Amino acid sequence: MTELASPTRITKPRSRNRRWSRAVRHDLINGLIFVSPWLIGLLIFTLYPLLASLYYSFTDYNVLQPAKFVGTRNFADMFARDHLFWTAVKNTLIYAGFSIPLNVCASICLALLLNVKVRGMSIYRTIFYLPSIFPQVVTALLFSWMLNPQFGLINAMLRQVGLPGMGWLTDPNWAKPAIILLNLWGIGGSMVIYLAALQDVPRHLYEAADIDGAGALVKTWYITLPMITPTIFFNLVLGTIEAFQSFTFVYVLTSGEGGPLDSTLFYTLLLYRNAFSYLKMGYASAMAWILALTIILLSFLIFRTSGRWVFYGGDNH
Amino acid sequence: MLTSRQTAIAPGLSKNMRQTLTGLVTHILLIVFGFAFALPFLWQLSTSLKPDSQIFILPPLWIPHPIMWANYPRALTYIPYFLYFKNTLYIALFNVIAALFSCTFVAYGFARINWPGRSILFSILLATLMIPSPVTLIPTFLIFRQLGWVGTPNPLTWPALFGNAFYIFLLRQFYMTIPQELSQAAKIDGASEFAIYWRIILPLARPAMATIALFTFLANWNDFLGPLIYLSDKQQYTLALGLYGFAGSRGTEWGLLMAAGTVTIMPIIILFFLAQRTFIEGIALTGTKG
Repeated sequence: MTELASPTRITKPRSRNRRWSRAVRHDLINGLIFVSPWLIGLLIFTLYPLLASLYYSFTDYNVLQPAKFVGTRNFADMFARDHLFWTAVKNTLIYAGFSIPLNVCASICLALLLNVKVRGMSIYRTIFYLPSIFPQVVTALLFSWMLNPQFGLINAMLRQVGLPGMGWLTDPNWAKPAIILLNLWGIGGSMVIYLAALQDVPRHLYEAADIDGAGALVKTWYITLPMITPTIFFNLVLGTIEAFQSFTFVYVLTSGEGGPLDSTLFYTLLLYRNAFSYLKMGYASAMAWILALTIILLSFLIFRTSGRWVFYGGDNH
Repeated sequence: MLTSRQTAIAPGLSKNMRQTLTGLVTHILLIVFGFAFALPFLWQLSTSLKPDSQIFILPPLWIPHPIMWANYPRALTYIPYFLYFKNTLYIALFNVIAALFSCTFVAYGFARINWPGRSILFSILLATLMIPSPVTLIPTFLIFRQLGWVGTPNPLTWPALFGNAFYIFLLRQFYMTIPQELSQAAKIDGASEFAIYWRIILPLARPAMATIALFTFLANWNDFLGPLIYLSDKQQYTLALGLYGFAGSRGTEWGLLMAAGTVTIMPIIILFFLAQRTFIEGIALTGTKG
């Protein structure tokens, strides 16, 4: 250490220009050593792929031959020629538009029910939560059996109450609702997050409302829901990101086809097909960038509106 | 205002009666929803114990008669379950161990050492959380192809050594709550940063590490897209991928398929009951702090 110190003393005028003292430099080196695994990973698995896929999106690239620069042709093809692209966009938007709000509402409702101090709460919690950690492949296979038009449980139950059975995954009109239903079975994860948020709502707020004689519904609407808006916000952003990248359920349920009649051809399914079945890496990269920009834009919009409906800070207000 | 609303909802009821009523309604709703959520799984169990002759009948039969246990040994040998179990376990455990080392290590650099540039890099770390994975998927695939790793489990394991941005973030938040005095006292005693990380911070971070271990295990156990892209040799399939392949070849043998599904989720159910508290607290932690 002392040997290291002496040269800096000799070159004192220069060391004054240096921004960092020895202690700071020591911390810098240590800090960089500690974050280095992540930093290397960032370069290899994030920054390079980001730039590479941006470049590929302007090329024609089938892996076997070198990428050929084609300008904006991929994007032009996507928007003007590829009708499957628009089918996938439409399907994904419809699915997300129904699935996201439905999942948020349903998981909040379940959490509210569980938040009432009832006996057997942990049993119910387990029943609601467990399906959300099952592998999606298992869930998809189970539901493809339950939704079997002829012998499936769901149609059998519908018929029992006098309703007609549906074609579900064999009917273009009912395939998307079937996948939305499938997703509902997995809301246990977000339910547990809401439940934790509900339990953090300060008790004194309810006590104050009790003195005013407020009923359960009033308290839920005016106290509970505003207090958990930060959690709703968080789940809304996550739910949006997930819904737009939904892949495994449709892939397993339709053997990667997105059928019937492309009614469940979701965006990521088409992207996967272009990349790994047709080896159109350039086109698939262009699709990936459009998806990324859409997701970032949507998150940004949710974020922008959050000032109006998200209530932060509990006790200070 | 509040009182008028309240009497409009339940006129003429005393507070006690209203409470009992709310409790009753809650109970009924919970039972209905609880039943609806349990139904698919019960149906899977029921189907998995039926011979074909009892599967394709209407109205559906809930309790198989006789119980067809043979579906299970048949499904286990057909998938082949134990090979895929071993493959999946290897990938999941590799990821857990690698993620625990790398994330706890990196988070130390972000939380316990003060160095110029730290906050910029931390902002970049947070920004990477926003990047949807399809954007990086194709070049990442091409990197692994170049390395000759496509068709091996390596692309599903090695990246874990570089840490996971979300878990680094979680651990960093956790480390920030550990008093600085502990580190300072150790430094006076001449401990290096690594010694502080290893002997002081890590033992205190165990609850957060349990959460990360659990969710990393689960994510890898259940992953489908990764194995679908990178694994081609049936000998290397994971359970999720193997089950999908099995469904493709024996699509209408629902008894076998449901038995195979049940044995695939069994490890998860067991894990859940062993680590229930870590699950519930962990998911609440990741959800609210994130």
